[in-house]
Amino acid sequence: MGEMLNVSSNPHVRDKMTTSKIMQLVLIALLPASLFGVWNFGLRALAVILVTVASSVFFEWLYNKLMHKETTIGDFSAAVTGLLLALNMPAGIPLWIPILGSAFAIIVVKQLFGGLGQNFMNPALAARCFLLISFAGKMTDFTVPDSFRGTVDAVSGATPLAALKANGFTDSSVSVFHMFVGDIQGTIGETSVIAILIGAAILLAFKVIDLRIPLTYIGSFGVFIILYMLFSGMGFDTNYLLTHLFGGGLMLGAWFMATDYVTTPITKKGQLVYGCCLGVLTAVFRLFGGAAEGVSYAIIFGNILVPQIERFTRPKAFGKGGKKA
Amino acid sequence: MAFLTFKGGVHPYDGKSLTKDNPVEPYLPRGEMVYPLSQHIGAPAAPVVQKGDYVKRGQKIGEAGGFVSAPVHSSVSGIVKGMEMRLGATGTMANSIIIENDGKYEETEFVPAKLEELTKEGILKRIQDGGVVGMGGAGFPTHVKLSPKMPEKIEYVLVNGAECEPYLTSNHRKMLEEPEEIIEGLRIMLTLFDNAKGYICIEDNKPDCIAKMKELVKDIPRMEVKELLTKYPQGGERTLIYATTGREINSSMLPADVGCVVDNVDTVAAIYRSVILGEPVMDKVITVTGDGIKSPKNFKVCTGTDLAEVVEAAGGLKDGVSKVIAGGPMMGFAMYDLHVPCTKTTSACLCLKEDPVSKAKQTACINCGRCVSVCPGGVLPARLATFAEHGDMENFQKFDGMECCECGCCSYICPAKRPLTQSIKSMRKMVLASRKKK
Repeated sequence: MGEMLNVSSNPHVRDKMTTSKIMQLVLIALLPASLFGVWNFGLRALAVILVTVASSVFFEWLYNKLMHKETTIGDFSAAVTGLLLALNMPAGIPLWIPILGSAFAIIVVKQLFGGLGQNFMNPALAARCFLLISFAGKMTDFTVPDSFRGTVDAVSGATPLAALKANGFTDSSVSVFHMFVGDIQGTIGETSVIAILIGAAILLAFKVIDLRIPLTYIGSFGVFIILYMLFSGMGFDTNYLLTHLFGGGLMLGAWFMATDYVTTPITKKGQLVYGCCLGVLTAVFRLFGGAAEGVSYAIIFGNILVPQIERFTRPKAFGKGGKKA
Repeated sequence: MAFLTFKGGVHPYDGKSLTKDNPVEPYLPRGEMVYPLSQHIGAPAAPVVQKGDYVKRGQKIGEAGGFVSAPVHSSVSGIVKGMEMRLGATGTMANSIIIENDGKYEETEFVPAKLEELTKEGILKRIQDGGVVGMGGAGFPTHVKLSPKMPEKIEYVLVNGAECEPYLTSNHRKMLEEPEEIIEGLRIMLTLFDNAKGYICIEDNKPDCIAKMKELVKDIPRMEVKELLTKYPQGGERTLIYATTGREINSSMLPADVGCVVDNVDTVAAIYRSVILGEPVMDKVITVTGDGIKSPKNFKVCTGTDLAEVVEAAGGLKDGVSKVIAGGPMMGFAMYDLHVPCTKTTSACLCLKEDPVSKAKQTACINCGRCVSVCPGGVLPARLATFAEHGDMENFQKFDGMECCECGCCSYICPAKRPLTQSIKSMRKMVLASRKKK
């Protein structure tokens, strides 16, 4: 025999899906929300997206280079982190802030803990929280310089949730229809519910995610809001509920960030518990916290709970509890 | 509509169309035959022939080495050349009897019997003498399986015709071409278990077999055909029992603990041949297939035949074949040398042009949970593999690592191309070894 045959342990065939393909699918699924952001906020939003993605990939490459490791930018995970971070930025942000955020996300949150798969927090969200604390004013300033404005004439300054928090529910509140379409104020990628749902449908169709986390998250959040309405004496109000469901980062967070594999439980039951935790935490932060928003902090907090959730949601091994074992 | 099934599992490319319509062709071997003395689980057989002896086809050449053991028979007539260590398909060397085939196939006299005239003990004795073992791959001596402590507690005899391994079609052809042997074999098994029903279990990707079997059993009491959803590893013992009866067994239980006996269709046919015809196991139907073989075929080969010879009979390997597997792609053994004997448990020889395993680049686990979704054992393969890589035997066992059935679904589905099954398998072996020491 001239050439030797390959020998390896079974199985000898592999599924076609790879980590890189999964990440590319996530990027594609984020396109509708990104494109809508550019349409809604103008070219300035495009600049933020490009700079954040490019800097995230750059920091990944740089860290690999400095540590003499094989470069991992080919798995597209850094690009996903960059894009998610960009979509969580106001369009008018000075560009050095997302670059700093990328560095924090990639180097501090992801690589220092061991790289892809080892970070215990969602890098994009951890970076966003870091930036929110450090540059609160700039991160919540949703005005975009006129020269960059696109076609939209939305309520300037405040997001629907911020307005709701400050003034309560008034007649001048943004209509639920506009929130669903997304031509309102907010960060680049969070405003359009429909664009996010199109992206989510792509992820579901390619089985990148399943419904466990998003549905339990959104469902438990909704239930909490309803209970709040009933017990606080304001009575049931569909518009109030929908404003909370469609407003802020809930949709983007529930479909794209709470479903991040690395920072969620691997057990199926754990994913249900995790989703419920996020829903309750988000509602608590939004209703009783100082800020109008709560999704980012809720997910970061949930990430920390993951090892505990996994511990008590281990599946029952097949046949366990039967005779002799 | 079927569809009895289990939780988890995968759907690899099945490749069965390569050979499923090719009738079984007998292949007569040339030259040297190699008979490993251990073609089964349990004590190896003890040789009862000597160098220079003349043996006939069907003659016993190795005596069972105990109760959990099985005899070995010659499949050709010829002269015994001696005893040697020879390479087996699993990559280990095994003590084997070498016989020079004289090409005459002179047979010993087989003693037929009538089922009505046999006692239960007599039936078991004939199965034992016939060297019948689990021919689906495990090779567990069949007479042991058919002698549970309480035979009256057996409620189901499951004939495993699932053939869930991709590419394999030997069971498929057997069920189409010689279904009567299987039904007669099942009849014998039902004679042993008075309170049992017999289920012939077939995946729904073989509608021709299902139709044929249904037609044949329709007037036979206590026999039924069960259609199973096509999904790997549907033909695993545990998954098959669960799909057909809803009962679960774990790694430390036997099917008999939940009132079941499971045997592959080939084994059931061998039961018929040994009990009624008095013929021991001498032949095996194997599938020679894959994109790396010139003309994929199903062969009936004599045990002991050199696999390389069978590959030549199927037109030989194409240029650039990178992997040849004894068995199917999910649980088979990759071979570096094709000069290995076909045994009672050989089911296929799969020749692949491209080896997806060596091509795949292993990357970091992203915790995606796909391995958990597909695991029929309900364990967490990603976590177990990490414990295995860290040598953490304690946590490996605490996380039910011993419940893994090594089906390979986790490695198959992993998008990071991590060898999860391999890590878990190695650790399981270490745990079993350490338990033995105690």
